Amino acid sequence: MIRNDYMIHLRNIHKTYDNGTPLHVLKGIDLEIREGEYVAIMGASGSGKSTLLNILGILDNYDEGEYVLADTLIRNLSETKAADYRNRMIGFIFQSFNLISYKNAMENVALPLFYQGVGRSKRNAMALEYLDMVGLREWADHYPNELSGGQKQRVAIARALITKPKIILADEPTGALDSKTTIEVLDLLQELHRNGMTIIVVTHELDVARRADRIINIIDGQVVSDKTEYQEHGKTK
Amino acid sequence: MLDTFLEVYKSLMRNKMRSLATGFAVSSGLFLVIVLQGASNGLIHSFEYNLGNLPYDAVNIYGGQTTIPFEGIKDGRYIRLDERDVNMTRRNFSHIINDVLPVVRRDGAKVSFRGKYCDSSIKGVYPQYSKAQAVRMIKGRFINNVDVSQSRKVVVIDEKTVETLFGKSIMPVGQVINAGGFSYRVIGVYKADSRYRDSEMYAPYSTVSTIYDKGKFVDQITMRLRDMKSEEEMDSFIVDYVRASSKIHSFSPDDVNALWIWNQAQDNMKMKKVTGILNTSFWILGLLTMISGVLGVSNIMLISVKERTREFGIRRAIGARPWSIIRMVMLESVVVTAFFGYLGMFFGIVFCEWMDVVYGNRTMDMGFASTKYFVNPTVDLSTCVTATVIIIIAGALAGFFPARKSVGIKPVDALRA
Repeated sequence: MIRNDYMIHLRNIHKTYDNGTPLHVLKGIDLEIREGEYVAIMGASGSGKSTLLNILGILDNYDEGEYVLADTLIRNLSETKAADYRNRMIGFIFQSFNLISYKNAMENVALPLFYQGVGRSKRNAMALEYLDMVGLREWADHYPNELSGGQKQRVAIARALITKPKIILADEPTGALDSKTTIEVLDLLQELHRNGMTIIVVTHELDVARRADRIINIIDGQVVSDKTEYQEHGKTK
Repeated sequence: MLDTFLEVYKSLMRNKMRSLATGFAVSSGLFLVIVLQGASNGLIHSFEYNLGNLPYDAVNIYGGQTTIPFEGIKDGRYIRLDERDVNMTRRNFSHIINDVLPVVRRDGAKVSFRGKYCDSSIKGVYPQYSKAQAVRMIKGRFINNVDVSQSRKVVVIDEKTVETLFGKSIMPVGQVINAGGFSYRVIGVYKADSRYRDSEMYAPYSTVSTIYDKGKFVDQITMRLRDMKSEEEMDSFIVDYVRASSKIHSFSPDDVNALWIWNQAQDNMKMKKVTGILNTSFWILGLLTMISGVLGVSNIMLISVKERTREFGIRRAIGARPWSIIRMVMLESVVVTAFFGYLGMFFGIVFCEWMDVVYGNRTMDMGFASTKYFVNPTVDLSTCVTATVIIIIAGALAGFFPARKSVGIKPVDALRA
């Protein structure tokens, strides 16, 4: 049942929101993603792509089906267990960065390690290392409001990477960025991909999706197409 | 742990004004608790001081004047106690009283020593009197059994009389003074009850009784009550006593004025009730102010947690367990309440000390007696500890409930907030 050759295995995932009138958002999603894949999930707003990402990120639960992440069945977890899995297996990149405003760049990057119980000096040293990787070492003691959008997103990427997660989940990572910084961030993701990271990006922008190896289209809660890009266009970079 | 505190510190510093406002509510609450407690203690201590040094269970009985005509005798008759009363008391009430002691007295005796004079009253007493009425000796000794059996002419005088007659240079013990026309040797000096100006000197019962020809009459019966717990018991003792006495002196058994009963024990019981009420009401006042402080804290924590729902969502997305968030919020709340509570308590104690210095020793002079109305208006350690424990628990709860509510939200919803 649990297959070792897939990083993510979704089978017949259903999700219904019940705010007064029931809203069937995901209608049986089947999906398998291998380790090291760079996948873009595309869809119009309301298609269910964000819901899918939230389920993948264990931020939300699903009603029916089966979700296996890195050989671990994700189902009916306690919030404590879910927090631990998020901490160790998943790195999040959000559209609105979601940095903590009263912590500087280094402290923001180091925060996931705080929840692993890593000592302060060690986690700060690691945070600096990761900030260096995204080219922001000099900005370590700057607060989010002193950083540009692109810089903030790179800090968020460093934070997502610091726990060496199994997958990176990015929800419209360039949605709040201008075209120049969008390219910077996408290049960074590309580089991570080259280093073997499994990346899943949710977007409605084709330019962003084209960077991925594989594009999955979701319409009305169902996968309508699943193409491996370089078979059509070749790898863009 | 240090890490967690740094986290708390950062988060508190993020909103200094709010932390300060929260803190102020707590500080003022605790300040008031301490000051109110201090003031209440000051009043209670002053009551205790003004009660003097009599043992709390002392009862003195004197003859009174009848107010009810009885068996053909008009009212207005003076009752004079005598040996029969003493015997009756010993016989009828031995199960609830100790040390039944007759006292005879001579008022307005002229006392002189080498040309110096003063007025005093001479009380003829038994040795146990010093215990029953808590006479505190400063020099020499009190009347003893030999003094009584040999009717020695010896006296114990108070320090004020010593000052008047002897000044500072002459040792009073061993001197012979003249009192009411007779010579007495001074055998001891006792500490005067600061409330009364009139001085009393003590001589052996037999001496005074003989000199002033008291015969079988006594002027006062002193006794100590055992195990009186309620005012009801006390009241019934007095009713019984008046009844028993009425048979001896033929007055109406309902005539409570025929005897004059000076009841320290009853006064004490009433005082205890009053101080108890005072203490409770001050505690209630203090607690109410403290509760308003705590409500302020919980209100602010509620707003603060609500505002930070998204931050908590972020923290949870990157792996914060719910409990670690609850713990952080609780710790923030406890740190604020404890720190500012301590501050308030500190200033409260400073204020109490100031009250003590300024008002603590003011004496109100009423001519025949003097009284203090504010003695040692300070709080004891247990009050401080209680207040601290309450404030910390309250702070923890004020943080716990909103935080628990906040982590009840799904992370995905928290992130959207």
